[in-house]
Amino acid sequence: MNQRARLSLLVVQVLILSLLLGLLGRLFYLQIAAGPIYRDAALSIQSRDVVTPATRGLIVDSSGVPLALNRVGIAVTVDRTMIDRQPDKGVTVLRDLANLLDLKYEDVYQRTRLCGELPAGTRAGCWTGSRFQPIPITKEADPEIALRIVERSDQYPGISATPVSIRNYPGNAGLNGAHLLGYVGPLTEGDLAGENGRSYFRSEVIGKAGLEVQYDEYLRGTPGIRTVIVDRREAVTRTSQNSKPIGGNHLVTSIDARVQASAESALEDAVRRARASGYPSDGAAAVVMDATNGQILALASYPTFDPNSYERGLTVAEAKNLYSAKAGVPALSRTIQGVFAPGSTFKVVSVVAAAKAGYNLNANYDCPSEVEVGTRAFQNFESKAQGVISLKKAIAVSCDTIWYRIAFDEWLRDGGLKPRSDANDYFYNAAKGFQVGTKTGIDLPSESSGRLADREWRKSWYKENKDFYCNYKTRAPQSKQTAFLVQLAYENCLDGDKIRAGDAVNFSIGQGDTVITPLKLTQMYAAIANGGTLWKPTIGKAIVETDGTIVKAFEREKVGTLPTDKKTLRFLQSSLREAVVSGTGAAPFSGFPIEISGKTGTAEVFGKNPNGSDKADTSWFASYGPTKKPRFAVVMMVSQGGFGASTSGVGVRKIYETLFGVLGTKVASEKIIFPSGVPPVTLPKISPATKVKGAR
Amino acid sequence: MSLASQRINYRKSSRPSAFAGFDPILTIAVGLLLIMGTLLVYSATRNWYAANGLDPEYYLKRHVINILIGSLLAWGTTVIDYRLLRAYTPILWIISVIALTAVLIPGIGDERNGARAWIGLPFGFQLQPAELAKISIIVGMSLILSERTHDSDAAQHRDVMQALIVAAIPILLIAAQPDMGTIFIISIAVVTIIAVSGAPMRWVVGLILVAVIGSFAAVKVGVVNDYQVKRLQAFVDPNLDAQGSGYQLRQARITIGSGGLVGTGLFNGPQTSGRFVPEQQTDFIFTVAGEELGFLGSGFIIILYLIVLMRAFGIARRSSDPYGKLVCTGVIAWFAFQAFENIGMTLGMMPMTGVPLPFVSYGGSSMFATMIGFGLLQNVHARHRG
Repeated sequence: MNQRARLSLLVVQVLILSLLLGLLGRLFYLQIAAGPIYRDAALSIQSRDVVTPATRGLIVDSSGVPLALNRVGIAVTVDRTMIDRQPDKGVTVLRDLANLLDLKYEDVYQRTRLCGELPAGTRAGCWTGSRFQPIPITKEADPEIALRIVERSDQYPGISATPVSIRNYPGNAGLNGAHLLGYVGPLTEGDLAGENGRSYFRSEVIGKAGLEVQYDEYLRGTPGIRTVIVDRREAVTRTSQNSKPIGGNHLVTSIDARVQASAESALEDAVRRARASGYPSDGAAAVVMDATNGQILALASYPTFDPNSYERGLTVAEAKNLYSAKAGVPALSRTIQGVFAPGSTFKVVSVVAAAKAGYNLNANYDCPSEVEVGTRAFQNFESKAQGVISLKKAIAVSCDTIWYRIAFDEWLRDGGLKPRSDANDYFYNAAKGFQVGTKTGIDLPSESSGRLADREWRKSWYKENKDFYCNYKTRAPQSKQTAFLVQLAYENCLDGDKIRAGDAVNFSIGQGDTVITPLKLTQMYAAIANGGTLWKPTIGKAIVETDGTIVKAFEREKVGTLPTDKKTLRFLQSSLREAVVSGTGAAPFSGFPIEISGKTGTAEVFGKNPNGSDKADTSWFASYGPTKKPRFAVVMMVSQGGFGASTSGVGVRKIYETLFGVLGTKVASEKIIFPSGVPPVTLPKISPATKVKGAR
Repeated sequence: MSLASQRINYRKSSRPSAFAGFDPILTIAVGLLLIMGTLLVYSATRNWYAANGLDPEYYLKRHVINILIGSLLAWGTTVIDYRLLRAYTPILWIISVIALTAVLIPGIGDERNGARAWIGLPFGFQLQPAELAKISIIVGMSLILSERTHDSDAAQHRDVMQALIVAAIPILLIAAQPDMGTIFIISIAVVTIIAVSGAPMRWVVGLILVAVIGSFAAVKVGVVNDYQVKRLQAFVDPNLDAQGSGYQLRQARITIGSGGLVGTGLFNGPQTSGRFVPEQQTDFIFTVAGEELGFLGSGFIIILYLIVLMRAFGIARRSSDPYGKLVCTGVIAWFAFQAFENIGMTLGMMPMTGVPLPFVSYGGSSMFATMIGFGLLQNVHARHRG
């Protein structure tokens, strides 16, 4: 035995000793130091939560007519984790399935793709949920087809058919309500990760838009959870926890199905009439509000879509259509998201401003066909001169030039292009008092605030756009290098940070950069009607448990008071009545048996349509009624709809006809929607079977 | 040298009784490993077999039979005449090579998990020739490196080359199966034997270099199967092959980690009874110990290996006969690295290979081979008790 061999043996011994000690160390780390982590991991491997979804609560109108309910359907679902493992990644089986369901393969394919898998821009109709939950191709499958899938599971690997509860929007009274109600859909990975601070189970559905998302936490209920311990084959070895599902609470809204349906058909009708007169009419909105408390009776937006299409399964074409400009972006809820210049309906703000500035509301003013403001002539609408008229008459016939003068004078008094530091800003302050540029706070998601184009806004706008306008020739595309636009850019660069005379006079008649939503205008007119209170618009009236117990009742909420006095309000009220009696609103309301007050608006729109034509005017009609004891505020807006009176005014009349049960020029007592004249105050009994009362 | 030889002769003259040669500590440690292995094999299989309507003691019974046969083989190896063992070495080697060749022939060899490593025998028994090859390589190399035709007491170049040929032929045949885990263990045993034989250090360094370069080349050129490359990649990044070997390694680690200090108790591991770890009665048997016996129990298994190996080092050191010393060294390297590879794999320290845990895992061929190895240690001990 030589020395080297002895040494080698020792080296080997030390090596092996240290290897085994290394094993011990590693074992210590895994079991003792990191033990708790691995215990959790083991638990998540062994335990499965079997989720029984809770029945979603109903959404009903103020008299209990269901707007959203649940139905049993048969879902045909695709298991992505299974079809992905097939040699052709599921192409064959998806093709077979498309044939069986009589769908296009492309639609089926798209519906089974996670949105994140697809490049941006091609995601229409993609699956917003997760890979690990069954993806429904349809929830309303023919039972026979479903049976075929279940029986021939070898032919359709990864496909299954199961009865599911589906959300259904029954369209009682013929209403659509897509924007109002919203829809439900699968959880996204973000929801599951707790991005909104709530925790969900993977198989749940949640509200995705409208009331469904706004009141989701009440409607959703609590799913039943059974935690089971499984083995590797997913066979259950024992149950460790069991809780029953608790049905979601019902939402009682202030909507009236009949009024909503009427508003929708009045909108369609208005759009049709405007188009017949040659206006593109690319969108429209109507709002009916209880002027005494802000409760919404109808909220309609045009164009719309089938609220049931999501549960049925959107085709790629349908999904694309929702956001296509050509189709008028049906997904856009124009009542709360569409912002438009209010036109002459905004003159109520100007009256408040003028009263504050000390103008005599009862005096007479000259209404020429045009007024020279600085170097530019500002015309009356249709360049018509009215002579010397009372201010009330001026509002009724919608004279603009009076306002140009007042606004220009006030602008000069405030220092013109060199504004005084203590400028009065009567007009902007009046608009602020009406809360223009602020969200109304309605209980719906994604409301737009609109914009109050005051001095501050102009400064921040200039900061952002200065660079573009001051380098217009190099920055703007060739097509936008017209002489007019170049001149405009030059002016914007020169003093775009200041209120110019033109801006000031435009503001006084609701033109220019100040834009509002139809809902905002409704809130403003309701405030004039009710004596000056700005109520927060609300749709939800109460949350009610399945057994009828009231969980939460939503009280009316005052958000502001109009910045004016009783005298001015009375003047405004009488002027708005005058407009319907003898002014621009007279024609659509001729012979109407109930007194209505209102104002037309015809706002110019700067810009071009996709086909290159100039944009047509926005048609407005803002109103309330009955004049003596106001209850309802009704506003209609038709984008590119032409004149306020002929398009929207007629539409608003149709809504009032429904509200007051008017047939032609007479009240038909059996048609009156609210016999007491007041929408229901008490909460209705809730049943999915409640029928619409009375005739429309 | 001459003094030591005399002492051997002296010992040989007083022939010990059949059991007197057993090293008691070594025997007790191996016995404890066998008992723990039996319990773990039973725990790993009983629930699953019962749940599938099969005999829950199926594996237990067969494992006990394997241990009994193994014990007989160990006893036989211990008491067999020393010279007879040397005489049988070439025969053993030839049988191994024939079996390793036969296993590659379709119809004789069974293919499982991408490797052709089993010879089917009647009554559902299977033989893994690579296990036999481990023994024949160890005793074969020891024979060549200890029986010298020259005067030097250290192995010379020619001896080393002869020994390498003895090792290389079975290794190449195993590579054809392919069974990389076994090759890894045999290679280490080969290098260890050569190192302890007193051969020039150049050989040891050279062989390690060849092994390292060879394995890189094998992966690059594609000699190694795709699944083996995947296993290696999964070792580096378990998320790569989340459903395959990455999954198994992750499950193994979770199962062991969830055991904590004292474990869930024998037969009570939910991971084990749910059978989330594959091959749990064979290659992943250590995970059962980890989950059900905790750090104390699974650490005890490692301690038992330490006792077995340190005892074996003692035997090797005390043996003044080069043949016995080299055989001991080979067996030590074999046991040590097979245990290290197996446990290290379940702990995420080593890449995944299909080698059983000596004395513990279920499996006839492996049990027989390790028990013979144990017998060899005892044989050397019996001949050279100090």
